[in-house]
Amino acid sequence: MIETHALGKRYGEFTAVDGITFKVEPGQVLGFLGPNGAGKSTTMKMIAGFLAPTSGTAKVCGFDIASQALEAKRVLGYLPEGAPSYGEMSVRQFLDFIADMRGVDRSVRDRRLDDAIGRLQLEAVLEQPIDTLSKGFKRRVGLAQAIVHDPKVLILDEPTDGLDPNQKHEVRTLINAMSRDKTIIVSTHVLEEVHAVCNRAIIIARGRILADATPAELEARSRYHQAVSLTAGNLMAAREALSRVPDVAAIEVDAQDGRLTAFPKPGRQIFTAVSDALREQNIVVRELALEGGRLDEVFRTITQGTAAKEATA
Amino acid sequence: MSAITGVFKRELRSYFATPVAYVFIVIFLVLSSAFTFYLGNFYERGQADLMPFFNFHPWLYLFLVPAVSMRLWSEERKSGTIELLLTLPITMWQAVVGKFLAAWAFIGIALALTFPLWITVTYLGNPDHGVIVASYIGSMLMAGAFLSIGSCISASTRNQVVAFILTVVVCFALVMAGFPLVLDAFRAWAPQGLVDAIAGLSFLTHFASISKGVIDLRDLLYFLLMIGFWLYASAIVIDLKKAD
Repeated sequence: MIETHALGKRYGEFTAVDGITFKVEPGQVLGFLGPNGAGKSTTMKMIAGFLAPTSGTAKVCGFDIASQALEAKRVLGYLPEGAPSYGEMSVRQFLDFIADMRGVDRSVRDRRLDDAIGRLQLEAVLEQPIDTLSKGFKRRVGLAQAIVHDPKVLILDEPTDGLDPNQKHEVRTLINAMSRDKTIIVSTHVLEEVHAVCNRAIIIARGRILADATPAELEARSRYHQAVSLTAGNLMAAREALSRVPDVAAIEVDAQDGRLTAFPKPGRQIFTAVSDALREQNIVVRELALEGGRLDEVFRTITQGTAAKEATA
Repeated sequence: MSAITGVFKRELRSYFATPVAYVFIVIFLVLSSAFTFYLGNFYERGQADLMPFFNFHPWLYLFLVPAVSMRLWSEERKSGTIELLLTLPITMWQAVVGKFLAAWAFIGIALALTFPLWITVTYLGNPDHGVIVASYIGSMLMAGAFLSIGSCISASTRNQVVAFILTVVVCFALVMAGFPLVLDAFRAWAPQGLVDAIAGLSFLTHFASISKGVIDLRDLLYFLLMIGFWLYASAIVIDLKKAD
């Protein structure tokens, strides 16, 4: 469990993190979203015990990060941004070192190491110096060191950054597999990741929490939520037919691929009405889809909306 | 296993994982012998002692120890591993001491490899072994003091070259603290007490008295306090600078 209360970090005049309060329970995977420089990494560094907060507190499994730092660090696995590791060590030496420092009990040590190595498929590169590995492998070594002591709490700063699509998929599968009994915070600016691994998302910008909801709830804020999009042979006729559906608030045509999107009036469902109207007019539709909502659009609205507000204030 | 041992072992092993260790040891042995025989006139003096060998240690360390200490923290900061290290369940103090002890042990290994000189002088004559042992202890302590200064300066920058140069300058000032080069800068304006205090900080004076075979508690204390002070400063500097 992770609990923060008004956690803040100032550097002189500059406020990197401005009073962040949240609570994550075991079984939850919390996604930290936000533009670059929003304070995601700083927040994670404070919870991980690397940076001392200038205000507020945080607790990891009940241990205060300031007064019980060692206990808090012990129950925590952390992947720092960029997955740093000691390049001159071999993968095995490095993981051995982390296991030693983490005080992994002798009786379970080999099993824990094998488990971490197996989960991240590092068998083939065990004896290689980390410096000689590809970016994807380095990231996996970083993940392996974060889970080698089977921590209750995992903090992963951009775990899939720089991975190819297959590797991303593997890492997401790994996070999902571990999420059942752990508390996990993942930061990312890849929005599709939120859907793939998180059951909760916090959007941060300029050091403040702007939204805290499930991915589905965030999508419901999108203009595209419950909108209907289609591609038709006769674009004009289709547009004409849609405009006569009573609950349609607006219609947009994508200039590039000619895709038509009908937006509903607030709180209305238009899918059935739209498909009936098209059938009545005998309009041939190549594709018809109900939109769930677009996270990137929500993300932009939330993070830039406040920027505009603050600029005028 | 204690945290200090863990850091110590990893660090010491990392010296030997790269050519740095071997280059350092070879250069150290070559230079210390060259100084002993050519500049120190080891044979010509006709005395069975290692004075010509130990006399050059402050000058040798002045350049070689900063070469070891420059990477101590600046490399961790540059590669980001400092974040990994300090989020392990260890205290800042354990990390600082573990890394320092590893570097010190490394220099200790280099110093120990000069034993053929000891054998040579024993073969040639009948040296006072007590003095030699004391000199080795003094040399080791002095290396530790240099290293702890280097540790602190290395913590303040992520650029190793800057760390090297600054460490050389600070160490040089401390080596020369008892000499007019440094003292004259103070004599003009500072009270006599301060000038004496600065003169008392000289590495050379303290090392010279130990290498005469007299292990005075004050000299021991001087070096140990020096090491303690600079390591404490290292921990503070790391804490202040780790965010950027």
